[in-house]
Amino acid sequence: MQTKRTIFPNKLLPYALLAPQLIITIIFFLWPAGQAVKSSFEREDPFGFRTTFIWFQNYTRLFDDPEYLNAAARSAVFAVGVTALSMGAALLLAVCVNRLLRSGKFYTTLLVWPYAVAPVVAGILWWFMFNPTIGIVPYLLEAFGYRWNHRVNGNDAMILVIIAASWKQISYNFLFFVAGLQSVPKSLVEAAAMDGAGPFKRFWTIVFPLLSPTTFFLMIVNINYAMFDTFGIIDGTTSGGPAGSTNTLVYKVYADGFLGLNIGSSSAQSVILMLIVIILTVVQFRWVERRVQY
Amino acid sequence: MATINLVDLQKSYGGNVMAVKGVNLSVADGELIVLVGPSGCGKSTLLRMVAGLESVTAGRIEINGRDVAKAEPAERDIAMVFQNYALYPHMTVRGNLEYGLKNRGTPRAEIDRRVTEAADILEIGPMLDRKPRELSGGQRQRVAMGRAIVREPSAFLFDEPLSNLDAKLRVQMRVEIRKLQRRLKTTSLYVTHDQLEAMTLADRLVVMNSGLVEQIGTPTEVYDSPATLFVAGFIGSPPMNLIPIEAMAAAEGFANVNLPPNTDIIGLRADQLVIERPEGETLVLDGIVELLEPIGGESHLHVSVAGQTLILRVPGRPELTDGAQIKLYAPPSAMHPFNRETGRRTDHIA
Repeated sequence: MQTKRTIFPNKLLPYALLAPQLIITIIFFLWPAGQAVKSSFEREDPFGFRTTFIWFQNYTRLFDDPEYLNAAARSAVFAVGVTALSMGAALLLAVCVNRLLRSGKFYTTLLVWPYAVAPVVAGILWWFMFNPTIGIVPYLLEAFGYRWNHRVNGNDAMILVIIAASWKQISYNFLFFVAGLQSVPKSLVEAAAMDGAGPFKRFWTIVFPLLSPTTFFLMIVNINYAMFDTFGIIDGTTSGGPAGSTNTLVYKVYADGFLGLNIGSSSAQSVILMLIVIILTVVQFRWVERRVQY
Repeated sequence: MATINLVDLQKSYGGNVMAVKGVNLSVADGELIVLVGPSGCGKSTLLRMVAGLESVTAGRIEINGRDVAKAEPAERDIAMVFQNYALYPHMTVRGNLEYGLKNRGTPRAEIDRRVTEAADILEIGPMLDRKPRELSGGQRQRVAMGRAIVREPSAFLFDEPLSNLDAKLRVQMRVEIRKLQRRLKTTSLYVTHDQLEAMTLADRLVVMNSGLVEQIGTPTEVYDSPATLFVAGFIGSPPMNLIPIEAMAAAEGFANVNLPPNTDIIGLRADQLVIERPEGETLVLDGIVELLEPIGGESHLHVSVAGQTLILRVPGRPELTDGAQIKLYAPPSAMHPFNRETGRRTDHIA
């Protein structure tokens, strides 16, 4: 690719122009990340007077800790649940909207709104609806003989946070799926119709494979979202409870660090999360983007 | 093998925009019919209605006598070649060819036999395991045709299949389509806006304009006796010269000609006007040379006659300067008489 090269006569000017972005990146990203890495190798006494360098002890302890392994498992369930639910629902809505000619824009606008709701507010909203005392959903479920109580039942709590977290992400996925669907040439679907494929077969053999770049991209984005961006939702609904059943990795970082004041362990956990993000991003750019070409 | 009958077929969008305003057409078994007309004349809409991709507002579509106007595309036993080929990009060429057969539950051995046969006919055998993006335009075109012929449908529909190819390839593929259709003897409807393509391919032409059929006939019939002013101006390159009768009145010999009543426009083909006096009875027009366009073995000569610009196709490169006085000749029998008001011919068509 040819790019136009600009030659600056003054050697300082380019650095000055880059400075604002670099300063923001360094102060708000690199420095804290470095601090986290540093303190993940240290142990601090309860009053913050003394820190000891303890090599990998924070890490080895984590992997021996059943609570941490439980949180990892919970995170996996949560991430898979959120990704599947939010992408599935978004795809369904996108397919419906794509069939509409005139009213499609209107629905699209409405469907994007949840994305603008703050995570904690989204959490509270669902917390109200599912509240065992005053919520509408437990009331309705009771009619079917199910006693919903996410304060006691770990599975109920997990379902609640999955629904709340997915709801917010559906808008985002929906937009990408609508754009993806619109880029599938209409004549391909018509050709498939003439080739004797019914609507479902057309979707699964023609449209869905052609959507695969969008689907893979969204999968990575959604896993990332579920793993790292859902602190507010969990804090607003279950606060990781009951008995750690919705205590995901990112929530545990907060709970151990800020509530438990175990800075060393909390830092080690966030370093592990950082590695997961890095791996997912590499997968997305290196492997997925190349493989899903057709 | 099939006959296709269109009975008063209509299509309107949103109630008031009529795209197709009542078309009647019967296609005999094995015939290649070309629908030709300018953009927006309704020819593609008509084809898509036959395919089942557009709903029918009114009228009937009969394939082998069965009304299929409300049937799904898949139930009509027809195959279509799309303008952009519409090959499935994520499947190999083989996958593309097999798709329609698999959907219909054709046995494996039969699928293989038909794919091999189609690949042989179209010479795409070596490309069967490639993806469409690895093929050239001409090869994609062949695959698109292959996908139609493996189905062994009762009719083929072609929607401007050659318009994405370069000029040379277009001529080559045109010949191949013609040969293929003769060989398979499958009833075909072919849509194009290119009148040359239409003339060379068609058993019969259907010339359409703004949703209506202007004329149906063999290419020769349509060229030799265009039924309307529109057809006269659309078929033939350069188009027929259409001269108001007032401008013709000054022509020598015109007074002796017996024209049908209500004739007020005279059509003369570019190759029926000549610049050297022929033997026998002839009309003589006085004109001034406006422009000479040499195009290889022949030239297009623009001549102003009584304020009208006529275009002649003359052999070679005549030595004429712009502004020169010139006499044009045409036999009286070459005149096509039309009425301006109705737009139709005033004599009877053979």
